[in-house]
Amino acid sequence: MKTHYPLGARTLWALILALMALSAAAGTGQVHEFRLANGLKLIVKEDHRAPVMVSQIWYKVGSSYEHGGITGISHVLEHMMFKGTKTLKPGEFSRIISANGGRENAFTGRDYTAYFQRMEKSRLEVSFRLEADRMRGLTLPPKEFAREVRVVQEERRLRTEDKPTALTYEHFNAVAWLSSPYHNPVIGWMDDLRALTVDDLWRWYRRWYAPNNATVVVVGDVHPKEVLALAKKYFGPLKPSRLVPPRPQREVTQRGRRDIVVKAPARVPYIVMGFKVPSLKTARDDWEPYALEVLAGILDGGSSSRVSRRLLRGSAVATSASVGYDLYARLQTLFLFAGVPAQGKSVRDLEQAWLGLVAELRDKPVTAAELERVKAQVVANAVYERDSMFYQAMILGRLETVGLGWQRADEYVRRVKAVTAEQVRAVARKYLIEDRLTVAVLDPQPVTPGKQQRRPMGGMRHGH
Amino acid sequence: MGIDRKGMALALTGWLLVAAPALAGVKIHTWQSRGAQVYFVRAPQLPMVDVRVVFAAGSARDGKLPGLASLTSHLLRFGADGLNADRIAEITDDHGIQLSIGSDRDRAWVGFRSLSEPRRLNPALRLLGRLMARPDFNDADLARERRRFLLALRQQQQSPAAIARRRFYRAVYGNHPYAHDPSGNLKSIAAIRRADLQAFHRRYYVARNAIVVIVGKLNRRQARLLARRLLSRLPLGQAAPPLPAVQPLKQAKVIRVPFPSSQTHVLIGQPGTWRGDPDYYALYTGNHALGGSGLVSRISEEVREKRGMAYSAYSYFFPLQRPGPFVMGLQTRNDQADKAIAVLRKTLADFVERGITAAELEASKKNITGAYPLRIDSNGKITGYLAMIGFYRLPLDYLDRFNDHIRAITVDQVRSVFKRRIHPRRMVTVIVGGGMAHGQKKHAAKP
Repeated sequence: MKTHYPLGARTLWALILALMALSAAAGTGQVHEFRLANGLKLIVKEDHRAPVMVSQIWYKVGSSYEHGGITGISHVLEHMMFKGTKTLKPGEFSRIISANGGRENAFTGRDYTAYFQRMEKSRLEVSFRLEADRMRGLTLPPKEFAREVRVVQEERRLRTEDKPTALTYEHFNAVAWLSSPYHNPVIGWMDDLRALTVDDLWRWYRRWYAPNNATVVVVGDVHPKEVLALAKKYFGPLKPSRLVPPRPQREVTQRGRRDIVVKAPARVPYIVMGFKVPSLKTARDDWEPYALEVLAGILDGGSSSRVSRRLLRGSAVATSASVGYDLYARLQTLFLFAGVPAQGKSVRDLEQAWLGLVAELRDKPVTAAELERVKAQVVANAVYERDSMFYQAMILGRLETVGLGWQRADEYVRRVKAVTAEQVRAVARKYLIEDRLTVAVLDPQPVTPGKQQRRPMGGMRHGH
Repeated sequence: MGIDRKGMALALTGWLLVAAPALAGVKIHTWQSRGAQVYFVRAPQLPMVDVRVVFAAGSARDGKLPGLASLTSHLLRFGADGLNADRIAEITDDHGIQLSIGSDRDRAWVGFRSLSEPRRLNPALRLLGRLMARPDFNDADLARERRRFLLALRQQQQSPAAIARRRFYRAVYGNHPYAHDPSGNLKSIAAIRRADLQAFHRRYYVARNAIVVIVGKLNRRQARLLARRLLSRLPLGQAAPPLPAVQPLKQAKVIRVPFPSSQTHVLIGQPGTWRGDPDYYALYTGNHALGGSGLVSRISEEVREKRGMAYSAYSYFFPLQRPGPFVMGLQTRNDQADKAIAVLRKTLADFVERGITAAELEASKKNITGAYPLRIDSNGKITGYLAMIGFYRLPLDYLDRFNDHIRAITVDQVRSVFKRRIHPRRMVTVIVGGGMAHGQKKHAAKP
């Protein structure tokens, strides 16, 4: 289905943030929590609307746990988790899930690595049996690794190298974060992917894949006691590890605005900028992240928001523009603005328009009507989210994995509703200031060699 | 921040559109209201309602102005019946209403998701009626959104995937209205006038050209009332005429587009299947084994699992009113593009020649039928299926009988249907990439 504005210079984060923004409540169904003797945490939420379930397993490891030289290793390991165990041949995991009518996949982020299966409810046992098997019994065959790491390199080319906006965003992060591991892309730098070895993966697997570093989340037409019994049966016998937590790797204090230019073959410019702000995990005053969440809603929540009303319509300085804030990041994060200037406008025009909105938020409290509108959307979204079991499980798993605890999901609506106009102004004044700002712009280079001046579309004329 | 393991973005799109079925027990109520068929499923568990009105008003109706259907649909939310865009936005955001307005090659739809309490649902209903029936198409909105469309077209020019898609459809469909991209082209978008939008809207956004879908916490009486109120806004009008037949490809075509990317994007295909096609179940099941089931399909096995050549390698059927495309695709490092294309072609040729194995058929059936309850486990998905069943006039028991159809497929049937319908030697191949980075002398892959 089409989104409001047809083009989005949509990068990965924009999509994910859109998913997260103003929608972090996992609804009001009852959640059951258990912990096995080996440290594995189990979270179960009943949803009896359809005879299905989603089972997810979350590990506390992701790109923000990595260091220079082995970037991307969490994600490569995620790929290798499908490549054989002591009891299963490479690819067999997926064939078994498929034969059970399942849909499965896995995803790696900065703060987590997660695996999931969606199946008819009676197949939960299949999911637990296979996940328990690969938590401790991976074989990492060298030949499989050699091929799979090339698949990941192709993935990097597809997602980043050949996408000018994604490339710009990657460089932007590398400049915005000096000492924080958010400096590195989740997929890793190409050189690190080329140098990675099976031994590196062994060390990473043994360090992080253990029951006391995992959270299992099940949402669906299930009964908590039965789920617990199955979890005990399959995960219970696994031995815990002695976990060494990641180093703090806190970001150094930023000392002044940072700017970069990224040149890449492209037809349309792009700008992304971000202010360093706390997440719920890092905030000293825990109302501040909720105030930032509301601030994001004032700017970009719905088509009556300030960005939509003024920048996309109104002055029409932007052809697309979005604002994002990740409340649930494990480390200090960025309050982001990304967009494409309208034809005849420059990236600097768009930047000025954004900075104008920011200045206004520092100077004047937001109106009561705007505040109400943001809150009305939050209340409605909390209902709409319950239409997706997968999404409900995502929120619970993520909150648990970054160390906030799933209970925060239930607080979300109440905390957002409690935010005042004065608090919104306070966080704008404290955090949305130039010394915390990083700006990256994409400077489009010709997409065809040689003749680009005379024939800007030479060799690739299409659509006429 | 999240990246997933499988290169299934494209394949998945195809999959979702191809897939079907409902819970045993999803009861579809249907009736006529002002010349439009209404489809209703009661879902009282969550306090919300999904409404969607679907018109035969997709880009296949663009005529001489590619992009007209898309621009018409896009502009609906910017002004109607005296409400300007800001006012419309305030109404939706005040009540937590999510509008969904869009179009594809066959269809245009307008709809919303709203809370079911009357103080939210009633404004949503009133607003939707005004947007779909009385759009203003103000000049200022048209001018601004036209610029947005033009820039979107320029963005497509920096994406090898978008370039490949456009070229592929054009080559497969020739003079058929499926040939052009729904987003139009620079010339046509620049040429569209307000009168064009008004005429398009007047012709196609009418009751006899519509179906209505309602899913949510309502009873039948409330649903009937809702549909009637909504449809009373629309003139009766006439249903759109059938689309022209799609001509089969007469010969193979290879199209190479040099592009300064590190990967080469490949699409290979031909006209495929349509909604209501008697061969549909055999094609769908066969394709599940060929390239439609993620990492366990033949194409993925040959290209990715055995050779590590691509992140995403897939095939799918995209059924439309008339035969939508059968597509195989991958993206790979430029220097191995020709090799990957050879693997893709050989995989297809073998499949068409020798057919599906009994084990593959069994595995495909298990997955397709076993996944049945997943397909209708949310109001959002049920809404999508009702829109499909209603628009394409599929039998009302389509969902209930889907698994029976799949179970009945035989090895011989898949082989004979693929032999009859899929022609590896008369396919379009689009190859976009080859490197040629700025300042380099390297040439695109040789023909």
